[in-house]
Amino acid sequence: MWEYTETVRDHFLHPRNAGVLEDANVIGEAGSLACGDALKLMLKVNEQGIIEDAKFQTFGCASAIASSSALTELIKGKHMDEAAKLTNKEIAEYLGGLPKEKMHCSVMGEEALEDAVRHWKGLPSKAHAEEGRLVCKCFGVTDLQIIKVAKENNLTTVEEVTDFIKAGGACGSCKDDIQSILDKLHSMEKPLQEIRPVPRMTNVQRMQKVMTIINEDIAPRLALDGGSIELVDVDGTTVVVALRGACSGCSASQLTLKNLVEKTLREQVDSAINVVEA
Amino acid sequence: MADVTDVIYLDNNATTRVAPEVVEAMLPAFGPLYGNASSMHTFGGQMGHYIATAREQVAGILGADPEEIIFTSCGSESDNAAWYSATETQPEKRHVITTKVEHSAVLAYGHYLEDKGYEVTWLGVDDKGQISLEELERAIRPDTALVSMMYANNETGTIFPIAKVAEIVKSHGVQLHVDAVQAVGKEVIDLSRLPIDYLALSGHKLHAPKGIGALYVRRGTRFRPYVKGGHQERGRRAGTENVPYIIGLGKACELAASNMEKERTQVAALRDRLQEGLLAAIPHCKINGDQAHRLPNTLNISFEAVEGEALLLQLDQYGICASSGSACTSGSLEPSHVLRAMGVPFNYAHGSVRFSLSRYNTGAEIERVIEVMPTIVSELRKISPFAAFLKK
Repeated sequence: MWEYTETVRDHFLHPRNAGVLEDANVIGEAGSLACGDALKLMLKVNEQGIIEDAKFQTFGCASAIASSSALTELIKGKHMDEAAKLTNKEIAEYLGGLPKEKMHCSVMGEEALEDAVRHWKGLPSKAHAEEGRLVCKCFGVTDLQIIKVAKENNLTTVEEVTDFIKAGGACGSCKDDIQSILDKLHSMEKPLQEIRPVPRMTNVQRMQKVMTIINEDIAPRLALDGGSIELVDVDGTTVVVALRGACSGCSASQLTLKNLVEKTLREQVDSAINVVEA
Repeated sequence: MADVTDVIYLDNNATTRVAPEVVEAMLPAFGPLYGNASSMHTFGGQMGHYIATAREQVAGILGADPEEIIFTSCGSESDNAAWYSATETQPEKRHVITTKVEHSAVLAYGHYLEDKGYEVTWLGVDDKGQISLEELERAIRPDTALVSMMYANNETGTIFPIAKVAEIVKSHGVQLHVDAVQAVGKEVIDLSRLPIDYLALSGHKLHAPKGIGALYVRRGTRFRPYVKGGHQERGRRAGTENVPYIIGLGKACELAASNMEKERTQVAALRDRLQEGLLAAIPHCKINGDQAHRLPNTLNISFEAVEGEALLLQLDQYGICASSGSACTSGSLEPSHVLRAMGVPFNYAHGSVRFSLSRYNTGAEIERVIEVMPTIVSELRKISPFAAFLKK
């Protein structure tokens, strides 16, 4: 038997805001029938972006229902931009904690909210726009989702990833893959290696190297914050890139360009490199 | 804490209440009769008499000879010991046949053997949870060491055609192990007519305490002990005999044997009333299992569009104890391997509830479940995003 807190029991037995919101204008969905839990979040958002009302329908266990109930309570009355910052941790904390095997229920709440925010912004659901690589085929979890949840909750083991986002919890064939994602994530957190002298290279060699580093090193790091980068051109030592996703329009993007992209390329390819935005 | 006076206990395939008669029989062995049966003095040696009586009682419910009964610590140990012995005594045979719906004690041993290089044939089941006898026969090979199959399924109550299985398996000269943990005390098993080599049973499923089981090994079957050490159980299972629990298991078997027909009728009638009452009161449900060949005490029913753990916790509010094959109850993230092997669709598999009855249930308790269940299901369906599809 699960050790549920009194708050979880209360929100399960007396869910707040359960049912259909007839005049909802923003819908967010997460989970699936096959996975055993699914959440439909219905919001009434006014012209100022304030969530005037929120309701949910959830198919799932006690903690899934309680997480959905908590989610609606946490976001009602907030501006969508404010609500969008809510994480699964806050949902779990609101409930006085969840058993670790049930943390994925709080993640489902966060995902439904994210989906709603995307719809509110006029973007398609993540399932269609997701750029990540499918890692867990059983539960349809991508590497980007794993990286995000691992980063937000400071997860270090495959078992923890399974508890939070289910990946690896069915057939288990992706466990090695999850481990290597975690390894990569944590090695990135270590300080950058010392600058090594790099031999001279031709333009073509330089271009290939820049491309490799952007795709394999820089892009995954930007992806952690929901951004992406595209290499536009390499002209001698001038590298032209385009920042996309969350990076475009971000006030810190010039900082990213200089501190992350240019610094990395200077360290690893050529100290003369100058990075400019397209 | 909830105790026996305020619960409606319908989870007897998980464990059962120890019968008061069993408790009474065991008590002296916790008190004045604490001797060790292996001792050379009369005080200890007299315990051998109690163990012998219990062995006769266990043999009695199986139609076996007392010498064919080995006391173990649980059903899982009995299953493991049978697989161990069958493979150790036939090292040249590297193939085993079992089913996909076995108890984890058997499944795990199968996977363990696969890791050691054995080949295991995992027989599938149909939508009622039944195996195909033709498929079984086709799977038997010259190097098959063992066929292992449960008598009745713990989740659905589906009973396998063990007599026919035994006939096929023995006609090929292959050893047969039957995990009868859920069947002993509920089904008439007569090993004097049924050519089974090994059979496992567990005390706590038939109103004896947890921590005691038995393994039947047919006379003449070559045996290697799984637990090695002392000479107890004629060298077939080491470890000082758990005398109080052995006495308890014996008493429980005697009780079950003498009441079997009466209980089968009485318990089956309550189960049927529960099934009929729930089906009549709640739309969109489905019975899981083979209704023509099913344990008299078991009802596995799925409620579409709702999730099992949520149902169980709502039932718990009324003191009603049941279990579920939903993913959420196990923490395994996947619904029951039995329901999946039967191809039960996800919308039903996640919403399954198992009610398993015993001689201690009453008609009033069953009526109470029939009374509260419709509200529980409809309340959960109100907040289920899938309930909208049910109307179609």
